[in-house]
Amino acid sequence: MNSTQPKVKTNQDREPLLRVDSLSIAFGGVQALNNLELEIQSGTISSIIGPNGAGKTTFFNLVSGFYQPTGGEIFFRGQSITSLPGHKRGALGIARTFQNIALFRGMSVLDNIKLGAHSHLKTGVFGAGIYIRLAQHEELQLRETIEREIIDFLEIDHIRNAPVSGLPYGLQKRVELARALAMRPSMMLLDEPVAGMNREEREDTARFILDIQEQWGTTILLVDHDMGMVMDISDQVFVFNFGELIAAGKPEIIQSDPAVIEAYLGREKSDISRHIKTQ
Amino acid sequence: MHIGNARSSYQADEVMWKRPAHKGAMLLIILSLLILPFWVGPYHLMLMSQLGIFVIAIAGLNILTGYTGLISLGQGAFMGIGAYTTAVLATGYGFPPWATFPLSIIMTALIGIGFGLPSLRVRGLYLTIATLAANVIIVFAIRKLEWLTNGDRGINIEPAILFGFSIESELEKYFVIAPLALLFVLFSQNLFRTKIGRAFIAIREQDYSAEIMGISLIRYKLTAFAIGSAYAGAAGSLWAYFFTALTPNQFNLSQSILFLAALIIGGMGTTLGPLFGAVFVILVPETLRAIAGLITPYYPLALQATAPITEIIYGLLIIGFLIFEPMGLSAIWARIWRYIDRWPFTR
Repeated sequence: MNSTQPKVKTNQDREPLLRVDSLSIAFGGVQALNNLELEIQSGTISSIIGPNGAGKTTFFNLVSGFYQPTGGEIFFRGQSITSLPGHKRGALGIARTFQNIALFRGMSVLDNIKLGAHSHLKTGVFGAGIYIRLAQHEELQLRETIEREIIDFLEIDHIRNAPVSGLPYGLQKRVELARALAMRPSMMLLDEPVAGMNREEREDTARFILDIQEQWGTTILLVDHDMGMVMDISDQVFVFNFGELIAAGKPEIIQSDPAVIEAYLGREKSDISRHIKTQ
Repeated sequence: MHIGNARSSYQADEVMWKRPAHKGAMLLIILSLLILPFWVGPYHLMLMSQLGIFVIAIAGLNILTGYTGLISLGQGAFMGIGAYTTAVLATGYGFPPWATFPLSIIMTALIGIGFGLPSLRVRGLYLTIATLAANVIIVFAIRKLEWLTNGDRGINIEPAILFGFSIESELEKYFVIAPLALLFVLFSQNLFRTKIGRAFIAIREQDYSAEIMGISLIRYKLTAFAIGSAYAGAAGSLWAYFFTALTPNQFNLSQSILFLAALIIGGMGTTLGPLFGAVFVILVPETLRAIAGLITPYYPLALQATAPITEIIYGLLIIGFLIFEPMGLSAIWARIWRYIDRWPFTR
């Protein structure tokens, strides 16, 4: 095993929720991820940081099934999901939000959230078309659950019937979070949940993420460039650079890791500081 | 005028027609569908029956193209499969209508699934071309399988016999077709109150995001094809009993294009779109013919010119709708309701 790749084991005796074993993917000549090894324990908040093009979103796309890895395996709850199609991973409990909001724009907020619960509903085509007993009961049950547990929780009751396309950016992000939550996932992948938000919206979102982890016990893995939030809420931080995992650990350790500082500020840092001192 | 929201349960909020005015309008429509037939002449009655058949076919296309976003140019040919299944089973094997109708639906749905398979690989315009090929193949097959379909000479089919009654007069046909059309429209409307319909719309809006939600694209795209074709099969079966003489030409590409045009004009992905569209494509030629009749004394060639002029007017209308009202007549309808809702306050 390559010695430059630190292997993180926070809790040896528990089976991690997500385990990635020497995961690699190449697009043509570009090695987007190279022999990635990481483990995420159930119930934690983990973050992935790294410069642009480090492979963070590629990693999300591999876990949620958009890409097939060129090497390695992905284990979810100890079971290999490497070749499982994307829609089955959703049903298994992996939810995700996107960097560029991927809501269903022509639908209302409520319908978007209801779509999140898709794999928990059992109505068939004929039951749906006739809309009696089971279908009707199920729809009403779903509506009540969503209202009570998600719309209330994320404070979006005032926009529940509004079409998504007309909502401001921050609210759209929150609706996407609501939709992912309606999947009742055991793990949520959040791709840049606070990008492009103002300070107040960022704080709200950070609070929602903490509440989701606390109240629902959902494991959260997020990618973001907002270091303040990442360091504040994460139990564990992974640093990617050029498709490699260069550091992993608690936020306070990561902040002082020389490899991380090098990845963000460049190699010549010490030279520059010496240069500044001599002037 | 409509102020506030006094509903106090989620059940009340999930009903199909949320407002008394909507409920009233629906009741009015159903009532007029019951009374009108006794009042109009046989010619208009025939138009109303044809309207019912068109509504079923276009409602199916609406599920496939309007809601799921899979643009199909094969609906006319799928209707042909339904019509020929009914005709062959009824004339060749003496099947009664209550058997030919469901069998035509099942047959067309199965063939629809077969021709829907390319949708798993190709999208958008390329899929449209694939359905266009389906249209050509089906009509060609109907024409060439002479031992079964009698080829270009066509099939004549005996009137349907339901519960001991022979359905022959226009009025009798109307009272078979109209309730069925209503049921099919209600069925499709109900689909979109549940997970099935939401999955269709999700695929139209953003397919990769739909997959993350646990929606199997393969399964739902094929389901959409199955339902859309099943509607065409139902329409075709009724068509066979309604027109009694079938030829392959009735189901060629122009029929498919007419359905798609009707859907675009009526409003894709809306409940009332198929109804508006069907009314429109039936009324336009009728109106033109009436106008031509009025001016024939002055221009003797007017009546002959109606057919080509109808085509031109369709073309212009489709372009006009795509540019000025992409959501079709349904959008105008919705705007009228909004105006009534806000009446004294905004104009």
